[in-house]
Amino acid sequence: MTAPLTPLDRPNSYIGRSVPRPNAKRLLAGRGRYVTDIRLPRMLHAAFLRSPHAHARIISIDADAARALAGVHLIATGADLARICTPWTGTLDHFKGMTSEPQLPLPLDRVVWAGQAVVAVVADSRALAEDALELISVDYEELPAVVDLDEARQPGTPRANPASQSNICFRTQLDSGGVDEVFVAAAHVIEQQFSFGRHTPVTLEPRAIVADYEPDSGMLTVHHATQTPYQFQDLYSRHYNIPEARVRVIAPDIGGSFGMKLHVYHEDMAVVGLSMMLGRPVKYVADRIESFVSDIHARDHRVQARMAIDADGKILAMDVHDATAIGAFSTYPRTSVVEGNQVIRLIGAPYGFTSYRAALEVVFQNKVQTSQYRAVGHPIACAVTERMVDIAAGRAGLDPLAMRDRNVIADDAYPLVSPTGYKFEALSHQACLRRLREIMDYDALRGEQAELRRRGVHRGIGIATFVEITNPSPAFYGVGGARISSQDGATISLTPTGEVRCAISVTEQGQGTEAIIGQIVADQLGLAQEHVKVITGDTEVTPHGGATWACRGAGIGGETALQAARRLKANILAIAALVLQEQAAALDIVDGQVVSAASRQPRLDVAEIARIAYFRSDTLPPGTQAQLTVSHHFAPQGYPFAFTNGIQGCSLEVDVDTGFVKLLKHYVVEDCGRIINPMLVDEQLRGGVVQGLGAALFEECRYGETGQLLNGSLADYLVPMAMEMPDIVIDHVETPTADTILGAKGCGEAGTAAASACVLNAVNDALTPFGASINTIPITPARILKALNRY
Amino acid sequence: MSSIMSDLDEADATVRVRFVVNGRKTACDVAPRDTLVDCLRTQLELTGTHAGCEMGACGACLVQLDGRAVHACLMFAVQADGARIDTIEGLSESGVIADLQAEFHRRNALQCGFCTPGMLINAHELLSNVARPSREAIRDALSGNFCRCTGYEAIVDAIAAVAEARAAKAAQGAEGASS
Repeated sequence: MTAPLTPLDRPNSYIGRSVPRPNAKRLLAGRGRYVTDIRLPRMLHAAFLRSPHAHARIISIDADAARALAGVHLIATGADLARICTPWTGTLDHFKGMTSEPQLPLPLDRVVWAGQAVVAVVADSRALAEDALELISVDYEELPAVVDLDEARQPGTPRANPASQSNICFRTQLDSGGVDEVFVAAAHVIEQQFSFGRHTPVTLEPRAIVADYEPDSGMLTVHHATQTPYQFQDLYSRHYNIPEARVRVIAPDIGGSFGMKLHVYHEDMAVVGLSMMLGRPVKYVADRIESFVSDIHARDHRVQARMAIDADGKILAMDVHDATAIGAFSTYPRTSVVEGNQVIRLIGAPYGFTSYRAALEVVFQNKVQTSQYRAVGHPIACAVTERMVDIAAGRAGLDPLAMRDRNVIADDAYPLVSPTGYKFEALSHQACLRRLREIMDYDALRGEQAELRRRGVHRGIGIATFVEITNPSPAFYGVGGARISSQDGATISLTPTGEVRCAISVTEQGQGTEAIIGQIVADQLGLAQEHVKVITGDTEVTPHGGATWACRGAGIGGETALQAARRLKANILAIAALVLQEQAAALDIVDGQVVSAASRQPRLDVAEIARIAYFRSDTLPPGTQAQLTVSHHFAPQGYPFAFTNGIQGCSLEVDVDTGFVKLLKHYVVEDCGRIINPMLVDEQLRGGVVQGLGAALFEECRYGETGQLLNGSLADYLVPMAMEMPDIVIDHVETPTADTILGAKGCGEAGTAAASACVLNAVNDALTPFGASINTIPITPARILKALNRY
Repeated sequence: MSSIMSDLDEADATVRVRFVVNGRKTACDVAPRDTLVDCLRTQLELTGTHAGCEMGACGACLVQLDGRAVHACLMFAVQADGARIDTIEGLSESGVIADLQAEFHRRNALQCGFCTPGMLINAHELLSNVARPSREAIRDALSGNFCRCTGYEAIVDAIAAVAEARAAKAAQGAEGASS
């Protein structure tokens, strides 16, 4: 056998090294190719007439004038598309008892949110299609709209869908037992209510799709700005009754996704149907106003929470109720209840208490659908838990860091099962806490805070510990009947000149998937990374796989690439052994050379093996069939999820006269297991933190009483910009998962998971001298002034 | 209805505009309602300029018009008649922002890349006006460029590093000239 080498010992060691992304240069030169940029011969453009009402019956649609407009090719209504597209329902079997109404690309007789697409127009240009929209008149009969979450839950309130019994989509509960007894006996009980505003992902490239149905071959090609090409191949195939092998989905450069571009959108499904009806390519790009009213929203929650602690500040129990409103139906195919489900299962996750009870109530309302967006449920669970921990610390007379030190699960206590059923392999809360104290210079910050407070400057320090769900197994979606793969596949080839090509099912949205896959393949094969070409995002090219979501790209995709590269290496060395009349086990590959494993002496170029195998197979021993292409699949086994953990801290200043918050600095200590590219991990964390900071202070989809979105533009909906954002200091603890050779877990959602909790705690910390308290996110200046009784 | 139809006929009528785009004389037939960003992207196939919000809030559509950064979504193409326009493609080919691009690449100051052309054009303008801006000044200058991916810090770092490198190079040049 070869000497055991750890990945970091190898000469072509790319695992753990910060290298720039090879595919980023063309984006810097303006040579990205986004779906927005694609133009095909004979391509037409779609536009949609949208409902002005949050809830109304469609009485009639008059599109004659629009149809007569020169340049208009097709006007389609719900009934037209229903003839070729089968309905879908956003439920999963493992969410027992959940309901949702069937959906179609366009509604047949009733609209359920303001902004819902009602009629499609296809024309020579987008502008012309929009001209035609102005000529369509729809007669509506308004129905009572269910807008507010609390109102939707009241008995006797109107229903978002009149045919249903109530506005309840799903209810579930968790109960470890004995919770009431623990509360009765506790030294302190803290009870708080929390409110989280809806927000929306706001990818800079809006949703975009070009559907190209070729009637003669019955082939559908969809250029789709999505994270999950195979999921959409399956959906287009099943709902439009096209054999799966004749559906090709291509996801080229994607201008941001964050979970938003993996859900089924009505317009996207409609565009596929429109292309089939016309036999021509049809393009649709949401404009920004459309994005605000039709992209998924997220995180519309009200949480009631109780926590019991003993006299020493030890947390004994939590009891929570989470209510969330999701729009008029559950999103397909991942549902809209995953977020709430993760809220109640992640609350308290970093801490060692065992008495836990939670109830979840998911309700319908007449707003756009909510669903999975970066860090699904984590920010809510984290904000509730960490605010409660801070209040409990105050009650127990403990410093927030000391309180956490006393209560987090000890680093040597793993493996263990949380009271909510999560199986933790190995987390590192204590190590992360120690590192955070150092990088924040925590004691000095506290000293400075006290000093400034005496001078009327109100700074706050916030701490938030978190647990993140990554690397999901089929336990996430597969068990519920969703055709969403938890495995990935790679096809890796040695080309005739000795280059390597790896086509893999995980996808790239800018986080660096292609870069890290290239690093892993180069590392494992013993090549320089520039000789590895990685291909993603095309169902015609890569094997089937789950793609990129839920922080699975590095952990699952990376392991797929690693195992595939090891198999290819074995095949290369098998041929080398024949050529060199040597044992394969006595050979290795370093820098593109086959070498003696023991002496590292070069023996033969890898390119020479490729040349012989492809062009002079006659010189190999009879019966030899060189396999220089390997296809390999990997599905996670062992733990159902690879949980990660970390802790964040922030320092900010509150202007108590204006309610404005200035973020001064943010700190993250994170443990995502084996780090493949430290620079890319840090940048994932920074980007994630800033999304969480936007949620904490600015972002909220505000609705009027009639269910109209009031701030649906980039001038009115506030997103975090460079000026308001702080520098972010990052450190790592590395606890690899033992479930894979690579040991990587995910990191893409960690930043978002705890950033808003941190800010919530810091603002409340700053307001301590005033006895003011805020449990509402976003923390706007008006809410701060209200808490201070100055508004 | 007929009045709408005649409006549409009017909208259909095109106007010939001429400009110098990335150093080359160019003519386009545009409808009066076509924005500059649509003209650049569809007629001239300069797809490096992006449309993000179509209301001047996100900065994805920034181009240089007569040497100044402007929002191509807030201008009609006809308004640019006679102007010199430089897009990310032209600035890349001329090499004037090569140091910025290299530093963005080295520090991974981009992820999805959709905001990046606008960021570079804004950074280029900033450094043309202020030789060594503070980090605060860089953040302020970028306050009209939305990036959902990076968290901005690496972008600020990259611009600050290029400013330092350019200043050092200029100082060397001045020394060389005086000696």
